[in-house]
Amino acid sequence: MDRPAWRVPVLRGEQGPVLVGLLPLLFLAFLFLLPVIRLLLLSVEGGTLAHFEKAVSGELYVQVFFETFKIATIVTAVSLLLAYPVAYFLATASPRWVLIGLVFLMLPFWTSILVRTYAWMILLGRNGVLNQILIALGFVSEPVTLLYNVTGVLIGMVHVLLPYMVFPIYSAMLRVDRDLMLAAEGLGASGWQVFWRVFLPLTMPGVMAGTALVFILSLGFYITPALLGGGRVIMIAVLIEQQVRQFLEWGFASALSILLLIATLLALLALNRMGWRRSA
Amino acid sequence: MSNGTSAAAARISGRCGGSEAPHPDGRVQASPVPSLLSLTAIAKSYGSVIALAGIDLRVPDGEIVTILGPSGSGKTTLLKIVAGFELPDAGRVELAGDDITYVTPASRGIGMVFQNYALFPHMRVAENIAFPLEMRRLARAETQERVTSALALVGLAGYEARYPRQLSGGQQQRVALARAIVFEPRLLLLDEPFGALDRKLREQMQLEVKRLQRQLGITALFVTHDQEEALVLSDRIAVMNGGLIEQIGAPAEVYSRPSNRFVADFIGESNIYRGKVTSASGQVLRVALSTGQTLVARGATPRPVGAEVGLVLRPEAPSELLDGDTVENVTSGVIKDVVYVGDAIKYAIQLDAGGQMVVRWPFRQNLRPHNVGESLRIGWPGDLLHVVDWS
Repeated sequence: MDRPAWRVPVLRGEQGPVLVGLLPLLFLAFLFLLPVIRLLLLSVEGGTLAHFEKAVSGELYVQVFFETFKIATIVTAVSLLLAYPVAYFLATASPRWVLIGLVFLMLPFWTSILVRTYAWMILLGRNGVLNQILIALGFVSEPVTLLYNVTGVLIGMVHVLLPYMVFPIYSAMLRVDRDLMLAAEGLGASGWQVFWRVFLPLTMPGVMAGTALVFILSLGFYITPALLGGGRVIMIAVLIEQQVRQFLEWGFASALSILLLIATLLALLALNRMGWRRSA
Repeated sequence: MSNGTSAAAARISGRCGGSEAPHPDGRVQASPVPSLLSLTAIAKSYGSVIALAGIDLRVPDGEIVTILGPSGSGKTTLLKIVAGFELPDAGRVELAGDDITYVTPASRGIGMVFQNYALFPHMRVAENIAFPLEMRRLARAETQERVTSALALVGLAGYEARYPRQLSGGQQQRVALARAIVFEPRLLLLDEPFGALDRKLREQMQLEVKRLQRQLGITALFVTHDQEEALVLSDRIAVMNGGLIEQIGAPAEVYSRPSNRFVADFIGESNIYRGKVTSASGQVLRVALSTGQTLVARGATPRPVGAEVGLVLRPEAPSELLDGDTVENVTSGVIKDVVYVGDAIKYAIQLDAGGQMVVRWPFRQNLRPHNVGESLRIGWPGDLLHVVDWS
């Protein structure tokens, strides 16, 4: 039997992949699954669903959930609108421009999220750089409120999450065979028709993956909404943190976390379904 | 539309101009009547690399013309220019008399089968074939009707709802073909479409394409590096090398009367011997080889005494001479190698005068094949020895 020389003898046969996967699995079980179970137990402590009842009946809390989903949806939509052209640029540009583009895209990744958020506070503040430019150019006469409101949160979150949208789309675009577009053109399609009928559908898996990623990350976002929202924009993660830190309401915070987890899983499921139908 | 009449005219004159008198040297002259596709002085370079160095090519209506050449000869670039995917640096592309050099691919109305088929993976077979019709805003009912008949034409009726990835290579090829002809293009381009198929399927598809082409009366320009394929499929072969067309002609003509050493070498197998013309009287040349032997060639273009020429001898041209037989050119040698190639046997012969010769004789069951080490006398008449310029 020919075997590649690099194969480690221990990993021969069926149990090989299992062995390799075991360590990370244990790691995940201890550090993720156990805490989640602990959280679940905490939320139903005393054998009562009171915490959940409070979460779904209190108008304030429902409002927070609604706000969170709204912000996550807008962030996802804006990211998608920005990411698609960026990904297209990266997929079609010359190698030098691809490198420059990737560096700009990765730069935020390598910077602490706190630093980035504070940088946005400087830019977006009442006397911040952006307002000064807008006034100097005469677009507005009064400073625009860009900080400590939903706008600020949206700008900050889109900035942080954009790469998560760009990369899946970019890689989907790289996989599209250029001949398909030439073929469509040769068969009589205009530039727009080539895009709508061939390129876009073929990059939809990337769009779906990016959308799922950004939406789910948005739902649980904490630092950016906490700082750029200035306490005026409350997303679920901020609410949970308040419950634990300020009110020591561990049970209620756990119930909110579980609800967030369920909502996230449902969102993932829904997106998956849409993705399946597209590529069926 | 102004091109309607000229297109019709081109078609009619194309038919009338079908009979072309062979030139004295055996080469068919380019037809003086307008062709369906006509390329004039097409040039293209990428940076300092010259891909096409002035291509002239006419594709008569209803014919299959093959561009045959090794990779890097510029044949794919030429096809892309015809399709409109690339613009030439210079020259003119005319389709049915209209200058389409700078017309977008979408408005050219040319069908193309890509090397890897380029079927849309997210569309079903029927959607793939309907695509060009939808782009032309055909009515739904007619689209459906045409898709059905195109699928029937390529023998894939009932495959409408499949996705390309659920089809075999040969079936994908048929879908690509159906998609390329369903909108009744004036010209069909095929870019090495059989490369990915196994031999048997390839031969079957070649015959099928030829049948379809005849049945639909479509004109086809076909690119390949496979000389056997070119010989099977084409009405006319254009042999390309280094961005130039070396020779254009019917398969038999290109095979038996290659215009230069490259063509002789590229198409089929050849024994090529270098020599100098020692006497020339009309079309009869005597050529002295470096081995000292003198051979006679008939039917060649007149060449001056002293000219350096290559003598091309196809492996099936010579025959074995029995005692007492005599013919214009005779040589002898010892068999060095015997290779069975199915219906024939190839012998590599070390010539007594020096040099080698490969001969290929049909295999007959009642005839004992020769063995390695046997001596043979071989001969062939002068008109089977083809002369090309050495340089």
